[in-house]
Amino acid sequence: MGDFLAVTELTKAFPGVLANDHINLTLRQGEVHAILGENGAGKSTLMKLIYGLYEPDSGEILLEGKPVHFNSPRDAIHAGIGMVHQHFMLIPALTVADNVVLGDEPGRIRYHRKQAEEKVRRLSAQYKLTVDPAAKVGDLSVGLQQRVEILKAFYRKAKLLILDEPTALLTPQETEELFVIIRHLRDEGVPILFISHKLDEVRAVANRVTVMRAGKTVATLSVAETTSQQLANLMVGRDVVLRIEKEAQKLGPVLLDIQNVEVHDKEKHPRVRGVSFQVHAGEIFGLAGIDGNGQFELVDAIAGLVNVSGGSVRFDGKDITHLSPGARTETGIAYVPQDRQVEGLVLNFDLVENLILRDYRRRPFSRNGWLSRQAAVKFAEDLIRRFDIRPPDALRKAADLSGGNQQKVILAREVARDPKLLIVAQPTRGLDVGAIEGVHRQLLHLRDQGKAILLVSLELDEMMSLSDRIGVIHNGVLQDIVDAKTVTREKIGLLMTGSREDGTARISSLDLQEVRKP
Amino acid sequence: MTPVVRSVVRGLGLPILASLFAIVIGAIVVASIGFNPVTVYGSLLFGAFGNLFSIGATLSGAVPLILIGLGIAIAFKAGLFNIGAEGQYWVGAIASVWVGYHFNSLPGWLHISLALVAGMLAGAVWGGVIPGLAKAYVGAHEVITTMMMSYIGILLAQYMIEEPHAPMRQPGYIPESPMISSHAQLPFLPIKAFVQSQLSIGIFIAFIAAVVVWFLLQKTTFGFQIRTVGYNQRAAKYAGVHVAWYTILALGISGLFAGLAGGVQMLGVAHQLNDSFASQYGYTAIVVALLARNNPFGCIIAGIFFAALSTGGQTMQQVSGVPASLTNVLTGLVVFFVAAEQLIPEIRAWVRRNGKGRKAAGIQEGGKIA
Repeated sequence: MGDFLAVTELTKAFPGVLANDHINLTLRQGEVHAILGENGAGKSTLMKLIYGLYEPDSGEILLEGKPVHFNSPRDAIHAGIGMVHQHFMLIPALTVADNVVLGDEPGRIRYHRKQAEEKVRRLSAQYKLTVDPAAKVGDLSVGLQQRVEILKAFYRKAKLLILDEPTALLTPQETEELFVIIRHLRDEGVPILFISHKLDEVRAVANRVTVMRAGKTVATLSVAETTSQQLANLMVGRDVVLRIEKEAQKLGPVLLDIQNVEVHDKEKHPRVRGVSFQVHAGEIFGLAGIDGNGQFELVDAIAGLVNVSGGSVRFDGKDITHLSPGARTETGIAYVPQDRQVEGLVLNFDLVENLILRDYRRRPFSRNGWLSRQAAVKFAEDLIRRFDIRPPDALRKAADLSGGNQQKVILAREVARDPKLLIVAQPTRGLDVGAIEGVHRQLLHLRDQGKAILLVSLELDEMMSLSDRIGVIHNGVLQDIVDAKTVTREKIGLLMTGSREDGTARISSLDLQEVRKP
Repeated sequence: MTPVVRSVVRGLGLPILASLFAIVIGAIVVASIGFNPVTVYGSLLFGAFGNLFSIGATLSGAVPLILIGLGIAIAFKAGLFNIGAEGQYWVGAIASVWVGYHFNSLPGWLHISLALVAGMLAGAVWGGVIPGLAKAYVGAHEVITTMMMSYIGILLAQYMIEEPHAPMRQPGYIPESPMISSHAQLPFLPIKAFVQSQLSIGIFIAFIAAVVVWFLLQKTTFGFQIRTVGYNQRAAKYAGVHVAWYTILALGISGLFAGLAGGVQMLGVAHQLNDSFASQYGYTAIVVALLARNNPFGCIIAGIFFAALSTGGQTMQQVSGVPASLTNVLTGLVVFFVAAEQLIPEIRAWVRRNGKGRKAAGIQEGGKIA
């Protein structure tokens, strides 16, 4: 049980930041070692140093007791380091086997596909990474694609595996399967570095954990001997409220009432099929589902960004099915879209222009078509102060802000209008623990003020702790609406995959029509 | 007016750098074919600004470039590439000339206004309504449609005067239209050299247009929406902007300025439609907008710069013997360096990456700023 990998006093500086400050880390044979830290704590820099993408300014990396110097990932791979990036580096049009052997194909001039498939089949049996070598990668689920990435590492004779935020794109079930694989690999003697900012996962799968904060390693602990609270505090550097305390619900009248809503995508394929539900004032209604099951199309339709092709949307007693996005904003609907950089902000605009992006038409920001820059600047400075947006400079471009602060800009803009209904899609994606806490507190505060909130998130935990009721959507069909207080993770997980406890999925008539098509 | 000053200053850096690079490389080219760059550039400069006459000629040539460049800049701001300003310029010219030799009973100021408005509307229809509608509702790319419409516009103008019985042809052997009535012509600036170089009050129209465009883009909700559409269409839709409508409007206003340029040129300089289709203002103006980085005041400077290259080029050829087409080389180089804006940070990053090994020790010591 010697140290397989040892990092001593590793330091890397970028202009103006010390990204890694005397990092110490040891990885033992046969353990899963988690690196836990917020975004920007220096986890990625450390991994890139180990993987040869960066060169350290000082310090040493020892692999099996010998100091190593990597000039490129090639050297790292050659030395036996395998890395699975958060965003996969696969070619969707090629098969699993093609992807795995790419760059080191069997055969000289002619490529022996059969031989490649055989090699991959043997590897996947050895490591229990079940996947069909002849399948096209583009047809595989995200979880399976990840297995292909892991196979790629082992094909290159990896003796050590680095997994960078491996669960970011997985469903709860896929995450569970990944953990099974990780434990199996550990028992096979493969040491694993598991990068994450999620406490639960670290506790579920890791043996030891090293917490990083602001470029430094704060502590290395045995997972069995620590609590989540302890880890969270180490990570953020202060006491964090992990459990969300909700006040008793004061349920108001129905604000949003959607009936049999249908939404088609550009190719006229149905994405949302006959969904009906109501959202009351003073409640958080969560819409859960695996990514790509129509939840984002549905909220886009409610916000007016895509057309509703069937059914009706009523808000505050009025039919708004065919109103423009601008008109819906005026009726009191606020919307935080899922992609803050592509939809929520104009990155080239300064904060002033971004903060009036959806309100430029009304006074005091404009008068008869003339913009009032002064009023906008005053408004922006006020919001920047109230929402603690950093850096506090209204003339900065939105592109210069961190993800968490960009999200604050959007939230500030949408909340400042004092809307009756707030639709939030993926409000905490990519944010760190401290920022997530702030967003959650804000949402609960709005709920307690009697606003209606429609929350769409791919984070099941967030969904379950914030929501009062949860609607689960699968393949565009609302499977069920459950009480968030009493429901279990497993039940929601099952509903998300379209299976119900009684074994029958709810199938809409549209499904049947599609089956009948040749 | 501090925001004006700031926006001018901020926009200047790169264009000046690009022009300087172009001039230096041009000098190397000149020297390598055996001429003295100092004499060549000296004669170019003298030809463009050496005396009142040449200043007048340069400014006169800048008027259509500035006006069209402003229009193209507006389209660029909305994320659209109006490549067909040449055709919009000519349909504007047709409309203005036609109004210019009809309605002779009108008072001068009204006749001029009417002629210019006719040119603007014609340009707007040509550039905006047709390609704009096609873009907004069937997704036809504006680069294709504005260019196709441009050919139609230019050939339409030729058709108007080419054949003996063409609609606007004046009887006689020369293919030209009747003269615009004298009271509908834009007056020249009252200095003899300027009258000779045909510098009309059109130059003031160009200056005013630049101020109007600046106000439009920066100070109105209209401009805010144009810019939002230009930067990010999805965010624009989210913001409640009617994206299709603003696409049409942006192309329409772009064509409107090209049409105005045609009108001003006809009323101020040509005074009739004649066979001057080789001017190609509409294409040079694309470079004007690029060099100005879509800044309205930058369009004035860039317009004068390219007009100076054109007028100075003639003198340069006579005095130094270098072909006037050297100015085309300079134009090309300017475009290259402006377009290479993204290249400069790339090169800098590349140098830094490759210099990393040598500088590593230095960073180690200086690195602990944080």
